[in-house]
Amino acid sequence: MDSKEIGGGLSGADLLREIERLRAEKEELESRIHLLEAQIKPRGTAEKDKSGSCSLSSLSCPQMNGTTLSGLSPEMIHRYSRHLLLPDFGVEGQLKLSKSSILVVGAGGLGSPVAMYLAACGVGCLGIVDNDIVELNNLHRQIIHTEAYVGQSKVKSAASSCHAINSSVKLVEHREALQAVNALDIVSKYDIVVDATDNLPSRYMISDCCVLLDKPLVCGAALGLEGQLTVYNYNGGPCYRCLFPTPPPSAACQRCSDSGVLGVVPGVIGCLQALEAIKVASAVGEPLSGRMLLFDALSSRTRTVKIRGRSPVCSICGENAAFTREKFQSFDYESFTQSPMSDRSSEKLNLIPESSRITSKEYNEIVNAGEPHILVDVRPVHHFKIAAIPKSKNIPLSNLEDKLSTIDSALKQAAQDSGKCASLFVVCRRGNDSQRAVDYLSKNGFPLAKDIVGGLQSWSQFVDRTFPSY
Amino acid sequence: MTEEPKDTCDVIGSQKTNPSRDKDLAPYIKIKVLFFARARDLTGSTEICLEMPDGSTARDCMCKLLIEFPNLREIYNSMVLALNEEYAPESTLLKDKDELAIIPPISGG
Repeated sequence: MDSKEIGGGLSGADLLREIERLRAEKEELESRIHLLEAQIKPRGTAEKDKSGSCSLSSLSCPQMNGTTLSGLSPEMIHRYSRHLLLPDFGVEGQLKLSKSSILVVGAGGLGSPVAMYLAACGVGCLGIVDNDIVELNNLHRQIIHTEAYVGQSKVKSAASSCHAINSSVKLVEHREALQAVNALDIVSKYDIVVDATDNLPSRYMISDCCVLLDKPLVCGAALGLEGQLTVYNYNGGPCYRCLFPTPPPSAACQRCSDSGVLGVVPGVIGCLQALEAIKVASAVGEPLSGRMLLFDALSSRTRTVKIRGRSPVCSICGENAAFTREKFQSFDYESFTQSPMSDRSSEKLNLIPESSRITSKEYNEIVNAGEPHILVDVRPVHHFKIAAIPKSKNIPLSNLEDKLSTIDSALKQAAQDSGKCASLFVVCRRGNDSQRAVDYLSKNGFPLAKDIVGGLQSWSQFVDRTFPSY
Repeated sequence: MTEEPKDTCDVIGSQKTNPSRDKDLAPYIKIKVLFFARARDLTGSTEICLEMPDGSTARDCMCKLLIEFPNLREIYNSMVLALNEEYAPESTLLKDKDELAIIPPISGG
C-alpha cells in the first residue's frame, strides 16, 4: 500500500506530524469542553447522594482542581491506571464504579475475595454484613481474615483488611445477621447486592428482598468441589424463586461444615462474583443474567447453562405476585426451607429413649472402670481417619446392615476375654447418626445398644480436651 | 452410602444388551445425562448414557432416571433441567445425542 496516495502527497514523516498536530488540537478542544462542563455543574454535587450510612457525597465527587479533566483525582488515576487503560472499561467504567455502593452479605469463603476485590477496584461504598466470628477452621478458605482476628467479628476483620488494601473506599460494617426484619433497611442503602452466604433460607430471603427493592443480585455458592453463579433480578431477568419455587429438602442442602469444601473453590466463585458485581456497577459487558455458571473443580470444567427467564407465575416477582414488604418481614424463611440460617445451629435429633443413651462422661467412667464393651464409631471412613477414640471400631452407618455379624462376634470376643457380658456403645461426630444406628441395632438383635450423647464433639468438650475437633 | 463417582459413561437401558439390534432401524436415541452437586451424591455418577425410545420427552427421561435412581426424588422438585445447556420444559422432545443436565442448587459458601 502506498502511503503517499492516502496522505494526499505527504511523506510518511509529514503524516506523523500531521496526526500529532491534530491529536494535540483534539486534546485542547476536549479540555476546553471539560472546563466548560465543569462550570455548568454546581460544585460538589455528587451523582448519587444517598441517605443513610452509605453516603458517597465525599467520595464520588470528582476533584475538579484543574488537572483532573477525566473526573478522577490524580491519585485515582494513578491507583486505577490499569483499569483506565482498558478501552472497554476506561474512565467511564471507573467513574461508575467509584459512584456505586455494593453490599456483600457474608464475610466467609465467598465474601472474602468479593470484598477484597471490590475494595481494591475502588467501588464507592462497600457494605459487609455478617454476625459470625472468625474461627481457625475458617482460615483455609476465608482469605480476608488473619490469625490475629480469630475470635473477633468477621465484619471487623474483613473491613480492616479492605481498609488496608484501599483506604479511599467507604466501608460500612454491619455486625449483625441479615434477617427479614432488618434486610429492607440495610439493602435499600446499596445499588447492588452480592449473596455470599452459606445457607438456603438466607438465599431465598436475600433474593426476595432484592425483588422488593429492585436491586440486582450477584448470587454465588460453593460446596465440596463445585460452585454455581448467577446474576438474579437484573434487567427483567429471573429471581431465585423463578428457578427454585420449591426449596429442596434439608437433606439436599449440605453445608461446608458437614460436607467439606476445598478452600479455593469458594475463592474462584467469589472472584467471579466480584467480576459480575463490577460489570453491573460499571455497566460494562454482559452480566450473567438468565444464565448459570457451573464450576467443577475436580474436572476443571466450567459450563454456562441458559436458565429460564422470569416466571410470570413467580410468587415474588411474577405478574400477579402479592408479595409486600410487610409479608416479607414476617415471612419465616427458616421454616420455609426447613433449615437454619446459622451454620452454628446444628440439627439435634431425639430419636431414641433416654435409657438408650449415655453421656460422654459416663462412657469415660466405663472405660476407666475397665468394664467390657465395644465402641462402634458409625462415621464415614474418611471422618474416622481424621481422629477416633482409641479401640473404637469403625462401621459407617451406611454399612451397618451388612456388619451386624461383625458386631456380634466382637461382643462375644469381649465377653469371652472378660468373662462378663459386654456392652455395645455407638458414637458419631455430633450424636445424630449414633441415634439412628442404635435405633436400627435395637430392632435387629441388639436391644441394649446405647449411643453417646453429643458424640465426639461432647467427648472433646467434656472428657478429653486434647481430642481434635473438626 | 453411595458408589464412587464414575467418569465412564454407563449405559442404562435394556436395549444395550441386545447386540442384534440394527442401529439404523432401531427407534432408539441415546441421551447423555449430566449430574451436578447433590445429584452426584444421589446417583454416584457425574454422567451416564440413557437409551430412550425415539419420541421421548425430557419428562420421560426423568421418569426413567427416577426408576433407576429413586434417591433423585429428593431433588426432583427443586432443580434446573437443562437440555444442551439450555433451560428446557419437561415436554421438550429429545433427539439422539442430546445432553440433559440435572442441576440442583448449592447453598454452601
